[in-house]
Amino acid sequence: MKQLFLIVSLVLLSLSAYSKKIEVRENGKISSIKEAILLAHDFDTIVVKSGKYKEYGIKVDKPLTIIGENFPVIDGELKGEIITVIADHVTLDGLFIINVGTSYTSDYAAVRVVKSKHFLIQNLVLEKLFFGIYLEKSSHGKVFHNKIIGEAVEEYSSGNGIHLWYCKNIEVDQNIVTHVRDGIYLEFSNFCTITNNESLNNIRYGLHFMFSNDDVYRGNTFAKNGAGVAVMFSKRIEMYENIFQENWGSASYGLLLKEINDSKIIGNTFETNTIGINIEGSNRILYKDNIFRSNGWAIKVRGACYTNEFINNQFLSNSFDVSYNSKLNDNVFDSNYWSKYAGYDLDKDGIGDVPFRPVKLFSYIVNRTPETIVLMRSLFIDIIDFSEKVSPVFTPDELQDLHPLMKRIR
Amino acid sequence: MIRIENLHKRFQKNRVLSGVNLNIRDKGIYAILGPNGSGKTTLIKSILGMVLPNMGEINVLGSNNKGDWTYREKIDYLPQIANFPSNLKVQELIHMIKDLRGASSNRDQELIELFAVESFLDKKIGNLSGGTKQKVNIILAFMFDSPILILDEPTTGLDPVSLIHLKELIQKEKAKGKTILITSHIMSFVEEVSDEIVFLLEGNIHFKGTISELKEKTKEENFEKAIAQILIRKDV
Amino acid sequence: MFKILKYSFFDLVRSRWSYVYFLFYLALASVLLFLNHDLSKAVITLMNVIIVLVPLIGTIFGVMYYYNSKEFTELLLAQPIKRSSIFLGQYFGVAVSLSLSLLLGIGIPFLLYGLFESDAIWDFSLLLLTGVFLTFIFTAIAFNISLSNENKIKGFGYAVMMWLFLAVIYDGLFLLSLVMFEDYPLDKLSLIGTMLNPVDLSRTLILLKLDISALLGYTGAVFKQFFGTNVGLFLSIGVLCIWVIVPVLRIVAKAKKKDF
Repeated sequence: MKQLFLIVSLVLLSLSAYSKKIEVRENGKISSIKEAILLAHDFDTIVVKSGKYKEYGIKVDKPLTIIGENFPVIDGELKGEIITVIADHVTLDGLFIINVGTSYTSDYAAVRVVKSKHFLIQNLVLEKLFFGIYLEKSSHGKVFHNKIIGEAVEEYSSGNGIHLWYCKNIEVDQNIVTHVRDGIYLEFSNFCTITNNESLNNIRYGLHFMFSNDDVYRGNTFAKNGAGVAVMFSKRIEMYENIFQENWGSASYGLLLKEINDSKIIGNTFETNTIGINIEGSNRILYKDNIFRSNGWAIKVRGACYTNEFINNQFLSNSFDVSYNSKLNDNVFDSNYWSKYAGYDLDKDGIGDVPFRPVKLFSYIVNRTPETIVLMRSLFIDIIDFSEKVSPVFTPDELQDLHPLMKRIR
Repeated sequence: MIRIENLHKRFQKNRVLSGVNLNIRDKGIYAILGPNGSGKTTLIKSILGMVLPNMGEINVLGSNNKGDWTYREKIDYLPQIANFPSNLKVQELIHMIKDLRGASSNRDQELIELFAVESFLDKKIGNLSGGTKQKVNIILAFMFDSPILILDEPTTGLDPVSLIHLKELIQKEKAKGKTILITSHIMSFVEEVSDEIVFLLEGNIHFKGTISELKEKTKEENFEKAIAQILIRKDV
Repeated sequence: MFKILKYSFFDLVRSRWSYVYFLFYLALASVLLFLNHDLSKAVITLMNVIIVLVPLIGTIFGVMYYYNSKEFTELLLAQPIKRSSIFLGQYFGVAVSLSLSLLLGIGIPFLLYGLFESDAIWDFSLLLLTGVFLTFIFTAIAFNISLSNENKIKGFGYAVMMWLFLAVIYDGLFLLSLVMFEDYPLDKLSLIGTMLNPVDLSRTLILLKLDISALLGYTGAVFKQFFGTNVGLFLSIGVLCIWVIVPVLRIVAKAKKKDF
């Protein structure tokens, strides 16, 4: 598949080398992109010279390459959608697109790709937008190195930065998305890879999966969003080496898992989030080599979650390491490092000789009566936590790490 | 010098002083006597402003002592139990009291020699014997030349030589024209040093006058017996 | 007052107990640093210790000092010195010398360990600030208790009970009442409950630093304002000041009316 894509690209590249170049200048013969598209033939290149172009509703209906020189501004004047791609093999590169119209009935985007394949959208800067890059029933495309800066205040009146709907095999790499509703949104989109993006200060989620399967995201940073990443009703999602930071608030998580099965969460860092990972009804997930540092709750398990495995993770200075709202446990915690562990290692094998119980009675109390959180670190709480540790009554008594590590994994 | 009018003091339900009137006009040595719990110390502490009366007035050298503390500059006081901060050295304590009173005095040197405590000057007070502590106590009280001197059980723990020194010292102060109030249980001491006696019983003054007047009144030759007489008469 | 303060302070600085107290913190801080090799972690452990121990030591020291220096106090009372000066001087003497033991005992090992190059310096300053506040508060309360009780044993008993109540029992009752009334909005109640106990108040200061992520997980608006902004920090410090001022004023008032 990949090879085919490569060959096709090479063929296109060689074609374009022989193809015509059309220049768009502010005061030139051709002064609008629309005009240029009308004149262009398939596989032509349109070069947009630096300047300001007040245009919207640009339909790219031929396989074209549109390149901006020194970031020409395309100002939609808040009138509606700006560029719509409806042909395969389209490249958009180096444009500065602003003032997308806001509407409550249709989702206007700065760039929309509809039912197209083999597109490349790169080096765009989008500002004052509703939706940013909206991919609809498209596949085999790449969204690379774009910068999307929104001004979202409320959830209902804002759109998403990069939006994938019924897409397949899309690559989203090295984009920066801030101040929109969801930084990157996937719905019914499978086999996509989301890598090395930065999704910051978005009012809802940094990254949002709905009903999407077999996707991978790796090496992204999600900071200061309403919540870092929400993965809902999806299967076989792989999450590697991402950073989830400072997602603070009452319904705020580094990572929210809801009805997720058969996934992998490996090598991620969760730092100073209200809740590191919030898990609801998710099964058969492997959590490995993750670092949880200074979160309110590192892991909060609500509702039925079965046969999950937590192995070789590091829990460092979290207010609560693991919290359960029931006494049932079918998950395995093994060989993790817990900074709260106070046991000893007489045989010097690096593994503590006494098991560690990550669930505290106090976390159970706080789940029930949230205001009791003001009593955290009180001597009284330490005493009742200790007595619960000795004989568990409210917390799952078989939930323990039998091989807690003595030293941090470096 | 000291005028006390209708002084009442109650500690909870316990009436200690009930309407004491006392006027000490002249210089001289006044012994305040009475059985245990008769209110001697309470009376002295009232004069010093350490105990606050429920009723009545106290004038010291013409000024009311209520809510005022400057009049205490005119009083030197020797407390009954001498207990000082145990980590201080004797020298430092003397220095400190001088500093606190803000008064200069060079009598301390003379007194230190008199009671032979030079060798203890560099010792911590906590390590001193009871007698030595009392000597330090005395030095502190006599160090300043105030017109009024109040001594609460000054003889406690003193060896005979020091006792003689103390008596001489008291006479010397008297000669300077001071008013001296003393409480003591040792009758011979009282008889020897005091000019006048104030006898307190159950919160009232039952006798005030010279020793000879007392002996005359009770028709007893012996001072101790005369004192006992007052107690017996009270019972009748 | 400053003369008395000076003498009380020097008296205490030379006392064996000040050294014991100083050495204890020195040892504790050194051992924690040695075991953890991590400034922030040592700070967290110290915070837990300080919140319980400083009030206890402040209480016991205050009561002990008051009763032990009773006769000396009487000597001072006979001197031409204002009453309030005597007691305030003694109080500040005790509080300052205890604070100094704490500051030096913890400060020296941390400085040697390279505090200034570490980002734990703010947490550490907060730790010291809390420790000093607790010392001043509990010494003042101890003086209040001793001034109200002539009997040494009784005074001592009350003081220790007061500590036990504020350090442990109060939180138990607090927790119980929060759980019992969980159907009602509790955020104001829980904050007021915190304000009423200086131990809890200091704990809150520490929570603001260490557990802010968890604190922000609660939905109440009052909570959010308290913990989410600087309101919590300033209000806590303000109320801690009140916790110092009120007992100190009571020392003055009580001393004025007391017989010795």
